[in-house]
Amino acid sequence: MSAITAEKLAYTYPGVDDAPGVAVFEELDLSVEEGSFVAVLGSNGCGKSTLAKHFNSILLPSGGKVYVWGLDTSDEEKLIQIRKTVGMVFQNPDNQIVANVVEEDVAFAPENLGISSPVIRQRVDTALKLVDMYKYCNHAPHLLSGGQKQRVAIAGVIAMEPKCIVLDEPTAMLDPKGRAEVMETVKRLNREKGITVILITHHMDEAAQAQRVVVLDKGKVALDGTPREVFSQIEKLHSMGLAAPETVELCSKLNACGFDLPLDRLNAEECAQVLCETLKA
Amino acid sequence: MLKDITLGQYFPGNSVIHRMDPRTKLVGLIIYIVALFTATSWLSYGIMLAFLIVMVALSKIPVKALFKGMKPLIFILIFTGLLNLLFNGGETVLVAFWKITITLEGVIRAFFMVARILMLISATFLMTYTTSPIQLTDGLESLLSPLKKIRVPVHELAMMMCIALRFIPTLIEETDKIISAQKARGADFETGSVLKRVKALVPILVPLFISAFRRADELATAMECRCYQGGEGRTKMKLLRYRRRDYFAYLILLMLLSGVIVAASFGL
Repeated sequence: MSAITAEKLAYTYPGVDDAPGVAVFEELDLSVEEGSFVAVLGSNGCGKSTLAKHFNSILLPSGGKVYVWGLDTSDEEKLIQIRKTVGMVFQNPDNQIVANVVEEDVAFAPENLGISSPVIRQRVDTALKLVDMYKYCNHAPHLLSGGQKQRVAIAGVIAMEPKCIVLDEPTAMLDPKGRAEVMETVKRLNREKGITVILITHHMDEAAQAQRVVVLDKGKVALDGTPREVFSQIEKLHSMGLAAPETVELCSKLNACGFDLPLDRLNAEECAQVLCETLKA
Repeated sequence: MLKDITLGQYFPGNSVIHRMDPRTKLVGLIIYIVALFTATSWLSYGIMLAFLIVMVALSKIPVKALFKGMKPLIFILIFTGLLNLLFNGGETVLVAFWKITITLEGVIRAFFMVARILMLISATFLMTYTTSPIQLTDGLESLLSPLKKIRVPVHELAMMMCIALRFIPTLIEETDKIISAQKARGADFETGSVLKRVKALVPILVPLFISAFRRADELATAMECRCYQGGEGRTKMKLLRYRRRDYFAYLILLMLLSGVIVAASFGL
């Protein structure tokens, strides 16, 4: 079953005063399967975040429809149900944490949903254990590291028990260690809990870990497929102002010097293996 | 440097006072202050002081911390003391020279006034030191909830207080960063006249406000994403519940208040 479907989605940012609005999408079609891990790539200003905000009714389409498990996002009656189903994590963890104690912050969403207090307690504990932050449950958020804060923000969304999580550049402000922590957490949630993950990112190596990569360009889906399929089309990526993972870039540059290497080796080990074989031969 | 500021400081602990319901502590503080202002004599002041000492001992808060918090108030204390000392009429003149006369009544009055302020501040500190900010806002929300009937936005006020407390450290950190950035570009905050220094603050405040607004916008979106719809239909993870120690505390507080009132009416 498809989790999220965008049909002929159009969106125009309203203009200020008499200025005309800026059209982001005109006819965008996209469907995300339940339980999948999809990475969305695109250069700055191509509408990645705008698209994400359509998935839980923060923005409503100016044309076309977005369906979340069959629910129309423009249906106001279903608003809470949609937001409960699709959780969202943003770039800056500092601006998403509401309370000044970790566990109180994680409890924020279930409290809003009117769940009884013993159940909230249970959900908060489960969520904190899932992101491996249980031992920090009584800490003040501002004393945590960036990666830890972002994991608290993820726990805050998990506590709603959503079927899908949309992460809008969750690692953009983190150091390499924090990035690894967050990516590990996200992959675990997808693998163990079967939560659908939509990851918007600028890091090609993160996108390479997804099952499917969607590249947006000028408000349209430009490329769509497995990471190997997408990243081997290196010229197209370059023309859209994007890069392929470093290993693919390396192979591509070597090919330009007369080698004949495959362009679908996404991690260092695979790449090294191919290089060794070529050198031996 | 700004990181040293502590606001609404809380000393985590597990004493009886810590475990008490925040509502009890809030109401208790009010009763104590009322009693403090009804007290007129050595006896009633003595009772009030003894009560405070017992509370501090029970809370296991280091006495040093209480005194440390009073440092910024020394000026007010001295000022109040002097005013009461010099401008109180009275019969028994102790010292009289030039235009200054100090009477015995004035000395006693000044002493009582300073003692009253000291006890009032200590009691307030005792409450904030033993109650976490989130408990405090929960307690306030619960105590003020009858006002919802006359459309006072109690939940919203409590939420605002909670968010404000949450963002104090974040904004302090941000201010530090902006100051460093402006200093790196040659801004001078330390020399010049007062007016010049106040003007130098503008390049700090403008970026700080812009970033605070941006943060507020993002926070609002994040809260919406987490199904926030105001106070209606909202539940709490930690419910406030009065226990036996709270009823006991109320009993003692009422006894204290009535004791002081009785003492005052007999002129003791």
